[in-house]
Amino acid sequence: MNKLISQYIGFGLLILLGLSASCQTAKEKQTLPVIGKVTRSFQFVDQDSQVVNNETVKGKYYVTDFFFTSCPTICPKMKAQMLTVYEEFKDQDQLLLLSHSIDTRNDSVPVLKEYSERLGVDRQRWRFVTGDKKEIFEMAKHYMVTAMEDANSPGGYAHSGAFILVDPEGQVRGVYDGTQEIETQDLIQDIKQLLHGQEAQ
Amino acid sequence: MDKKPSSSKLLKIILPVALLAGIPMALLFSSKGDNRSQALYETHCGNCHMENGEGLKSLIPPLAGSDYLTNHPEKIACIIRYGQSGEITVNGTTYNQSMPGIPQLTEVEIANIINYINQQWGNDAKPVSAATVKKHLKNCKNSQP
Repeated sequence: MNKLISQYIGFGLLILLGLSASCQTAKEKQTLPVIGKVTRSFQFVDQDSQVVNNETVKGKYYVTDFFFTSCPTICPKMKAQMLTVYEEFKDQDQLLLLSHSIDTRNDSVPVLKEYSERLGVDRQRWRFVTGDKKEIFEMAKHYMVTAMEDANSPGGYAHSGAFILVDPEGQVRGVYDGTQEIETQDLIQDIKQLLHGQEAQ
Repeated sequence: MDKKPSSSKLLKIILPVALLAGIPMALLFSSKGDNRSQALYETHCGNCHMENGEGLKSLIPPLAGSDYLTNHPEKIACIIRYGQSGEITVNGTTYNQSMPGIPQLTEVEIANIINYINQQWGNDAKPVSAATVKKHLKNCKNSQP
């Protein structure tokens, strides 16, 4: 019995040690790794027919994803998670949210406009874009996101639920599973770190 | 997405047992929510209506606290099997997002889902039996285009 108690105490001490060590490293490590760089030029239109291109995101942090409005699988979950990111940073003009529709056939500008209005979000903070189908898919590939037409998938498209975090220099700083609340919380923490940490301008 | 390879030997033992156990369980629980109902809900409904039943803003109607469940109990099974398109008003908000039907669900599974929804998140709508679901489906099938 005594042996068991001392084992518990020992285990507790180990956890405490581990916690203090991880706190230390969190303080020291203030930057996120650079995963890739956005070098491809793009030009799309948003829900208000405004052009969105490389200039739009220049000098800003942005979170981007690929979805379609009639998607019956992971998209609503992604949008619910993106909404928490939006709510967290809606007064932060250094951050932009950029959702690409991969269903360029059905998701016209008016469809995207209604979608964003029904979500109740600020059109300047969260832009929903459409454009040339091939270009959208090429951009997805460039962000290392799976997106393709697939007759066997519900809704006709297969795509991943990834959220990509890009910094003002066009560097990819994080990739998150946008269907998971826990990963979205990681994303929110990472944005805070970039905005308020050493890298804040 | 890749499916994890499963041991076929284990499956051979588990599958018949699960099936044998599943049939009476399904009959037993067709009027009550349980873990299987929750799993069905999360697989077929939760992506859009969310695990907490809140839906998504003005895009996807809520199931939690939804007046539609109590006002149109006869339509729920039809919507699950055949889908929903056009405007639909829930708690005073008009929604207009198409919902695909889930034709592969059996009547017992549909009853399980409805009973789960009807008793979750503070909802208190009447339970339905698989027979009632069958009746409702027959009625709406006739009105399908």
